[in-house]
Amino acid sequence: MSLFRIFDVSGSGMSAQTVRLNTTASNMANAESVSSSANQTYRARHPVFSADFDKANRNTPAAEVKVLGIVESSAPVRVEYRPDDPQADEKGYVYLPNVNPVEELSNMISASRSYQDNVEVLNTSKELLNRTLDLGR
Amino acid sequence: MALTFNQALGIHPQALSLRGRRAEVLAANVANADTPNYKARDLDFQTVLAGAKSDQLSLTRTSDCHLAAPGPSENPELKYRVPSHPSVDGNSVEPDRERAEFAHNAVNYQSSLTFLGGRFRSLLTAIKGE
Repeated sequence: MSLFRIFDVSGSGMSAQTVRLNTTASNMANAESVSSSANQTYRARHPVFSADFDKANRNTPAAEVKVLGIVESSAPVRVEYRPDDPQADEKGYVYLPNVNPVEELSNMISASRSYQDNVEVLNTSKELLNRTLDLGR
Repeated sequence: MALTFNQALGIHPQALSLRGRRAEVLAANVANADTPNYKARDLDFQTVLAGAKSDQLSLTRTSDCHLAAPGPSENPELKYRVPSHPSVDGNSVEPDRERAEFAHNAVNYQSSLTFLGGRFRSLLTAIKGE
C-alpha cells in the first residue's frame, strides 16, 4: 500500500528540515561568539540534503530525503578591533563567526515552510487512509 | 451469469491504487523540495490507467533465466516534470505546484473511494435482497 510509504517519505523530509532548523538555531545563537584566534572561531553550519535513491526502486519510486552531513561555511571569519575584550589577542583583535544573519533567517523561513508542507501532505494521507479503512461500512 | 468482483467494482480499484501511487510520488517531491539536483517526477495517470484497463500483453518466458516483464499497471512509467522556472541548485520541484497536484490527487482519491463504497453498498443490497 503506497499511501503508507508517504509516512516514511514525508517523515524523512520533516526530520531533514528539523536538522536544517537546528543548524540555523545554532548559527544564530553563536553569531556573536567571539574567540581569540581564527581557528577556534565558530563557523556557520549548513546541512547537505540528498535524495535517497537506494531505498527507492521501481516498485516504490518515491525517494526519501537523506542528510548527507553538515558542512561548515568557508567564508572568512570577521575580525574586529576590540582591545578591551578579555578574548582579544595580543594585538587587540577578536574573531567573530562568519554567520550571515540574513541568510540564516531566510533559511529558517524556508525550512519552516517546507516542514509545514510535509505536515500537510502527511495529514492528507492520514485522512485518506482513514477513509479507506472505513470503506464498505 | 457469473458476477465477479472485477465486473462489479469496475475500474475503481485500479484507479484507487494508482491514485495512491501518485500521492506517494508527489509526497516525495514535496519532501525533496530543498534537495539539490532532485528532479520532480510525476505519474501520467491517464496513460497508466489506460494501460491498466486494456488487455495486458505479456511476454512469454521460455526459459527460467528470462527476467519477468512486469505489466504496465505494476510499473507505471514515471516522467520528469518540466519546471516553469530554473533554479541554481538544479532542483526542479515547485512546491506550490506539487501541493496543488497533491490536493487534486487527494480529492480524486476520495471520489474513487466514494464510487467504490457505492458499489459495495449495491452489492450488499443485492446480497440481502431487501
